Amino acid sequence: MRRPQGLLTQGIAIGYLSVIVLLPLAALTWKAGEGGWSAFWDAVTTPEAVSALKLTLVVSFLVALVNAVMGTLIAWMLVRDSFPGRRIVDAVIDLPFALPTIVAGLTLLTLYGPNGPTPIDIAFSRTAVLVSLLFVTVPFVVRTVQPVLMELDRETEEASHSLGAGPFTTFRRVVFPVIFPAILSGVALAYARAVGEFGAVVLITGNLPFKTEVLSVYIFGRIESGDPSSAAAVSVLVLAISLAVLLGIGALRRRFTRWEHA
Amino acid sequence: MLSRWLIRVTGLGYLLVILAAPVGLVFYRAFENGFGAAWDAVTTPDAVHALKLTLEIAIIAVPANTIFGIICALAIVRYPLRGSGVLNAFVDLPLALSPVVVGLAFLLLYGQQGWFGPWLADHGVQIVFALPGMILVTIFISLPFVVREVVPVLREIGTDQEQAAETLGASAWQTFRRITLPAIRWAVVYGVVLTTARALGEFGAVSVMSGRIQGQTETMTLHVQGAYENFDYTAAYACSVVLALVAIFTLTLMTAFRPKEGR
Amino acid sequence: MAITVRQVTKRFGDFVALDNVSLAIPGGSLTALLGPSGSGKSTLLRIIAGLEQPDEGDVNILGEDATDVPARKRGVGFVFQHYAAFKHMTVEKNIAFGLDIRKNPRAETKKRVGELLELVQLQGLAKRYPSQLSGGQRQRMALARALAVDPKVLLLDEPFGALDARVRKELRAWLRRLHDEVHVTTVFVTHDQEEAMEVADRIAVMNEGRIEQVGKPRDLYEHPANEFVMTFVGPVSRLGGEYVRPHDLELTLEPNGTTERATVERVVHLGFEVRVELRLEGGDEVYVQATRAQAEQLDLSDGQTVYVRQGAPVAS
Repeated sequence: MRRPQGLLTQGIAIGYLSVIVLLPLAALTWKAGEGGWSAFWDAVTTPEAVSALKLTLVVSFLVALVNAVMGTLIAWMLVRDSFPGRRIVDAVIDLPFALPTIVAGLTLLTLYGPNGPTPIDIAFSRTAVLVSLLFVTVPFVVRTVQPVLMELDRETEEASHSLGAGPFTTFRRVVFPVIFPAILSGVALAYARAVGEFGAVVLITGNLPFKTEVLSVYIFGRIESGDPSSAAAVSVLVLAISLAVLLGIGALRRRFTRWEHA
Repeated sequence: MLSRWLIRVTGLGYLLVILAAPVGLVFYRAFENGFGAAWDAVTTPDAVHALKLTLEIAIIAVPANTIFGIICALAIVRYPLRGSGVLNAFVDLPLALSPVVVGLAFLLLYGQQGWFGPWLADHGVQIVFALPGMILVTIFISLPFVVREVVPVLREIGTDQEQAAETLGASAWQTFRRITLPAIRWAVVYGVVLTTARALGEFGAVSVMSGRIQGQTETMTLHVQGAYENFDYTAAYACSVVLALVAIFTLTLMTAFRPKEGR
Repeated sequence: MAITVRQVTKRFGDFVALDNVSLAIPGGSLTALLGPSGSGKSTLLRIIAGLEQPDEGDVNILGEDATDVPARKRGVGFVFQHYAAFKHMTVEKNIAFGLDIRKNPRAETKKRVGELLELVQLQGLAKRYPSQLSGGQRQRMALARALAVDPKVLLLDEPFGALDARVRKELRAWLRRLHDEVHVTTVFVTHDQEEAMEVADRIAVMNEGRIEQVGKPRDLYEHPANEFVMTFVGPVSRLGGEYVRPHDLELTLEPNGTTERATVERVVHLGFEVRVELRLEGGDEVYVQATRAQAEQLDLSDGQTVYVRQGAPVAS
């Protein structure tokens, strides 16, 4: 409201965020560029790094896609359907958020690993990477789509039906355009999470270089080997890629909500 | 309707395969060798120390992020600068970063060869591979939650009530304590639940920061990994059950305090 | 003069909300700031309250320069359009707020709150929460809250804007009675000219950041300073290039000197008044306000030819 407490509040906020967030990231960026462009390029183009990069980006993309579909479906189920235990299922959706990632990885390994009760054994395979990342990203699309679905005015669907549209057409033309931006938001969050995931993949995938090693594990390896510069370089590269993807999704989202701001 | 059943089967089936079955099995495996064995596994000195360490970290990280989270939310909504979008972006950044990268960044700042390394060494202060460093990274990764919960509520309640208090003679602090704080109370509670859950479950960043010295710098999550790698499966599962129970408790709190529609 | 505003200018970016505005408000009066949206009336009120700062000019309250004094020290009571009720406090606590923060002794506060509850007729609702009250009750609570700290000046920003028509009418009369009892200098903002005419001693008509005219309601109605005031403060019809009050138009069945020929389009019976919608020869539409008696006398029907001119209202 008045000036002095405004400045104080701004000052404290900026100070806190600078010390906790800005400073470490500055150190990271600086380290990445320490050896100049050639050192950076060498670090990010080692065969192992490239393999980890490809694996991570491809699987994260798949994960985003699967979540877009399944997340929407689950959100629909929770909002439009009612069955016994629905509230419990609704609560359970957030489990991957509440559960430590290492425990998540352990649970998947227990069930789908070599000593599991089922004949399925995906340990040390790329499928394991996919499944782990699917586990940790369950909540994102569901939670962004749910509130939009809940607020959706049923009357628009009724109007569509009264005009002769069947359920699929109504979904495609009336419902989907409204929830699409929310799906995109959820996808962005899921993608960012998948790219950086560490704890969930570390046990079940076996972290085999060139096969099941994801970027975060590769970076961790570089740190443990006493090579923080390469680690920093690859980190900054991944950050840049994630930033580009997030900006792209954001732009797509804005394009699809033009009608909101028109 | 057929489509309703199709959706139900697909959705619940997916959740069963991906979420429920794995977690359920861990409970089973933990108590496979009897309750006694499980209990022994979680009460070893290392396990107890890991639990204590985890709680110590949370007890500092959560209040810090709560207090500063409210301040940041106020700065973003009530006193926005031209660049307040930047503030918002910084708050969201921890959600987009890999925890390993976070650990690395702090290592590069406070480690031996880091920016503050020499200065810290001269003053005998140990940040990395010790508790302070682990606290700092935990603060980083659990930073966004209180802010993100409080910001929309602050936006929604608007400034009318605060202005009314001002015309009635209230000072800035009185207005904050009597009007603003009660209005954001539940958003803060929910944010604290999320922050605590995240802080307790952190793995990647503390893994880089801790140096993994068993009995000294292991948190519960690191202890689970250590136990598994040492083939002490009962310990790994038992400690996982402890963490899973905390997670389930967190879920009930989340369901209870979840903000009602219209975020 | 209780409030003196001198040459106040306020800009929001490129938009000039107030343009060199000056106004003097006598102590104990009930003044209305009347104007359409964007006229600057709310901005002016908020500048008097101290919730906004003028870019130029100054504000004087009870003889003291208040321009740099923050809102909380000005001793003004402010009532908001959407009540600004403290939702998490009971009605009692809302009203007591100003006294509580001044660390008033409990017993005294309780007594004062009781008096105010009686004044605004909310006895018995002390322990309720704002969400349990109707809109009208909430606004009365807001008023009691503002009055609790004995403000030198009471400011109301479109106080009845969020209420439905019947409640609005009730509260208008109620505000007038309250002012007669309490006598505190009151300024209120409204876009409803009927409200301003009914409630206020004096009206300041504003448009596009300027004050067009200040005066008693009757003076503004009968002697408007310009076209804007005339069209805003009362109903108008246009005849012969001039603005005329619809009840000042004379209808006859035969031409009569300066009359113009017109065709009756529609006769609308609005209870006591009858609105006769005419179309002139040139195609313009005009409406005449007649009483039931006049209309009956003329016995008009759609499509009929009549003659109209400015005249003294037909005596009845």
